[in-house]
Amino acid sequence: MSAIVEFREAGYSVARDQGSSEILRELTFTVEAGETLVLLGRSGSGKTTALKMINRLLSPTSGEVLVEGKPTAAWDPIRLRRRIGYVIQETGLFPHFTVAENVGLVPRLEGWSPERIHVRVNELLEQMGLPSREFSARYPRELSGGQRQRVGVARALAADPPVLLFDEPFGALDPVTRLDLQKQFLALRNALNKTAIFVTHDVREAMMLGTRVGLMRNGRLELLSPPGEFLQAENDEARAFLAGLDWKTEGNGPSQ
Amino acid sequence: MDLRSELASLTVEHLELVLVAVLIAAAISIPTGILLTRRTGMRRWVLGIANVLQTIPSLALFGFLIPVPLIGGIGKRTAIVALVLYALLPMMRNTLTGILGVDPAVRESAVAMGMTGRQVLWQVELPLAMRTILAGVRVATVTTIGTATIAAAIGGGGLGVFIFRGISTVDTTQILAGAIPAAVIALLADEGLGWLERKLSPV
Repeated sequence: MSAIVEFREAGYSVARDQGSSEILRELTFTVEAGETLVLLGRSGSGKTTALKMINRLLSPTSGEVLVEGKPTAAWDPIRLRRRIGYVIQETGLFPHFTVAENVGLVPRLEGWSPERIHVRVNELLEQMGLPSREFSARYPRELSGGQRQRVGVARALAADPPVLLFDEPFGALDPVTRLDLQKQFLALRNALNKTAIFVTHDVREAMMLGTRVGLMRNGRLELLSPPGEFLQAENDEARAFLAGLDWKTEGNGPSQ
Repeated sequence: MDLRSELASLTVEHLELVLVAVLIAAAISIPTGILLTRRTGMRRWVLGIANVLQTIPSLALFGFLIPVPLIGGIGKRTAIVALVLYALLPMMRNTLTGILGVDPAVRESAVAMGMTGRQVLWQVELPLAMRTILAGVRVATVTTIGTATIAAAIGGGGLGVFIFRGISTVDTTQILAGAIPAAVIALLADEGLGWLERKLSPV
């Protein structure tokens, strides 16, 4: 395996009224081709910022981020982004595009022929369990949350990018739909062998989907290990997250 | 010339004034509005100037322009310049509001898909802002139809000719002959552009 994404002491800070505030501090880790790295952390821990530095929606203010061995600063940002699929919560779909237009967007930007786009879109929609006959011509507002999210995943996969970024994609879904999509994610990952970096605050999701889990706190990576080791970690932030998994044993009763 | 044929020619003249003024104003204010979405520093100044222009009483603005070289003088050209200045603000403000109103998540995902700045503007921001921009065009057009009646005061022609003549001769029929067609045109324009707005809005 080889590193497809690499953070080298990457930091990110923003100017504030009084000096500057550090959002990420000297983040260093690599993502190997084919793995699913989950970045787990509370809100404001810097995990989304880290994700956005991979497709250069943000540039590190110190250190560097490498994609396929090349610093993001040296990439043409347009080329870089078209090689990286990006899935965010359902709001990221284009409301004025049909499902087919949303999914076919990157291939169209890449100049594919209409026939080839059509074939690809249908193939992806079928793969995501959205029969194209029924869904192609619909608009995002005519879909359920789970269906929208599937369209979002299909859109990210459209031009067959080697790397996929997921920013809490299933956060807004009801638990049953979320579980469906998580299972589908696993099935797709096994079938497609893509590299994925997945941001979440849901420890259950992290354990289920990650081949490795990176725990972030206050802009630092506190822990990076396979889920099995993560479960045994002594780190107090890890314990705080894991407490959410075994509420039963503590006798707190169900919270919802 | 009898009243009927004069009404026809003045109505055409009025429509010409409005159409030219709105088109020029749109050509200036929509691109400016787009620019203002990118240049936050300029925003306050440009909108401030457009706002001040809007507050000048229209009859005074027409008067102010007469002595100005190149664009001033008596006649249509001056009238059009004044109408353009009035029509700038609603279209500029609505363009700005419309584009800034696009869901940031949608814009971000457009960028993340590898769209160029131009593609984001033309394929995402403008289509999604279209309804708001057209609403600005509608407001500007309806206002211009009314304000254009004052063009007659500086020899710009249009339906205002009837109104000013009616005032000076204390002839209500003449005043109504100018005012009613202007009002009807304004209503029709409002309806027509409202229809276009609904038809062209993507969502």
